[in-house]
Amino acid sequence: MSSPTATAPNYELIQQDGLETSLLEVSMGPHHPSTHGVFRMDVKLDGETVVDLQPVFGYLHRNHEKLAENMSYLASMPFTDRLDYFNSMTNNWAYALAAEKLVEIEVPERAEYLRVIMAELTRLVNHISLVGFFINDLGALGTPLLYAFREREKIMDLFEQASGARMMCNYFRFGGLRNDVPEGWLDRTREVVDRFPDFLDEYEKLLCENEIILSRTQGVGCLSRDLAISAGITGPMLRASGVNYDIRKVDQYGIYNRFKFRVPYTDDDVGDCYDRFMIRMLEMRESIEILKQALRDIPGGDIIGKAPKIFKPKPAEAYARVEGPKGELGFYLIADGTPKPYRYRVRPPSLINLTVLRDMCLSQKIADAVVILGSIDIVLGEVDR
Amino acid sequence: MTLLGSGIFKGMAVTFRNFVGSYFHRERLPTNDYSWRTEGSLPQHAGDYPKEEGEQLRDTTTVTNYSRNFPMLLHDGSEPMDTIRCVACQICERSCPPQCIYIEKSTEKKEDSSGKMQFYPATFDIDVSVCMSCQICVEVCPFDAIVMNSQFELSTPNRFGGLLLHQGDLLKSNDYYHKIHPEEAAARDKRIADEKTAKEAKKKAAAEAAKKKAEAKAGAETEAGDEKKEVAE
Ligand code: SF4
Ligand code: SF4
Repeated sequence: MSSPTATAPNYELIQQDGLETSLLEVSMGPHHPSTHGVFRMDVKLDGETVVDLQPVFGYLHRNHEKLAENMSYLASMPFTDRLDYFNSMTNNWAYALAAEKLVEIEVPERAEYLRVIMAELTRLVNHISLVGFFINDLGALGTPLLYAFREREKIMDLFEQASGARMMCNYFRFGGLRNDVPEGWLDRTREVVDRFPDFLDEYEKLLCENEIILSRTQGVGCLSRDLAISAGITGPMLRASGVNYDIRKVDQYGIYNRFKFRVPYTDDDVGDCYDRFMIRMLEMRESIEILKQALRDIPGGDIIGKAPKIFKPKPAEAYARVEGPKGELGFYLIADGTPKPYRYRVRPPSLINLTVLRDMCLSQKIADAVVILGSIDIVLGEVDR
Repeated sequence: MTLLGSGIFKGMAVTFRNFVGSYFHRERLPTNDYSWRTEGSLPQHAGDYPKEEGEQLRDTTTVTNYSRNFPMLLHDGSEPMDTIRCVACQICERSCPPQCIYIEKSTEKKEDSSGKMQFYPATFDIDVSVCMSCQICVEVCPFDAIVMNSQFELSTPNRFGGLLLHQGDLLKSNDYYHKIHPEEAAARDKRIADEKTAKEAKKKAAAEAAKKKAEAKAGAETEAGDEKKEVAE
């Protein structure tokens, strides 16, 4: 599973008057608080320096793809929630997009706007909790994470009001959404969105100048632009390495062409943990811009288009992707004319972003390996599926 | 170059503000506070935990109009089994993603609330330890017989049978549904009524058309008969 791009430096063990030293092999995980789930890192250490690192995953494998190939298209929708359980809305969207490509359903205006609103709220949820966890990995136990969770809870309440569940929203349907948002929901959302920048200001004051954070993250876990591109890294991690690539701009799926927003990316080739942290802070500001525009322009009307009663696409294949908060989330479907997909494949951003972990960790300190892992932003539900 | 450590102090000012603020503003509090709730009063805000058994999340206002926990079966009248809406068509059983519904169809039909002869489920079990509250069963049911409950006080000391809900546990009246999900229930009832009137109108139109056709036919026949008579004469 190691990437072929870097090799472990050849270490000569120090021999000292009959004292034999050797590399220390540590198995971090699968139950390690810093690994964000059941994930293991086999680390070889020379003192405190990481000489080699092997990520080991698969502990949370739930057979998602094969399950989906044995049930109707609609029945897989609630399972997509459980991929990356922070971002069920964007997972739903990617899957709905793929299915809509198969049968070509028109999505009504209002549904498109609500989809954007939900996706951007999801991005806020994901980035704010990621930043909290990241700081938690640095050793600031609790405080920033709890502030983040406090704000996240407000958005979770909005999700619950609209879809009935905080995390497993299962809200998107082929051709639209399951139900319209309840009365007054848009106003409450406007309120939350308007107040979010205040919190971000405060959060930035709390974190961005903190000398401990700066010294722990700057220059740690660098990922060069070339490696990021050739390893297929996507999302904030790619942009932190200096590539201006955002699927919302590239594909303009849904109605993203109607909104004015900027894509933050670094213009140097460093791509360290601090860059990845800051990119997410900046992206939240842009999400708020999108949300404001969407909440201003949202029209009334239907929320679900004319979808066939029994979803049975003709033999075809479709790949649809969205800019999930973690990167490019794609669904690849092959239909064979039955109500079940012949092939159902997920392109998980977490897994692919995780592949460069070794390259980023080599010759860093063991404590930094935890920070680097935190800055990648993985969710094991998505890595293992 | 700013003073080393000033960033830390700035951050500490923020934590201090939050700490003091949490005594005055509820939104500064990272956790939900239940203590302010006076004894016996109904919960008013999101996150307030219902204290009494049967006290429903519905009372926690806006948050939970669509809240869903586990499915329940609807009936229309006072005798649950006589007015059960479910006709044991087993569509939900087939569509449930984790396959946690088990239905046995009755062998004979009996009258439902509208007086039509229908099958009914002899057994209807939902294993809520498997159910993932996805609401797919609600969406696929063509008879509006199954909807989501919001009761969550379901813990049981019996881990084998306790979480397997039987028909008796699942049956709830439509009034109860109106109580916990008023908007959704009203919309559903309206849709059912609309469908019914549309169906009746269609039936009526069809009957009228049939009648007209029959009349026309009868008329044509008499005419034809007259003609025949004439020919015979
Ligand atoms: S609940 Fe609905 S779908 Fe399920 S068996 Fe009864 S009528 Fe059919
Ligand atoms: S809510 Fe979902 S998992 Fe539960 S019984 Fe209905 S279809 Fe099955």
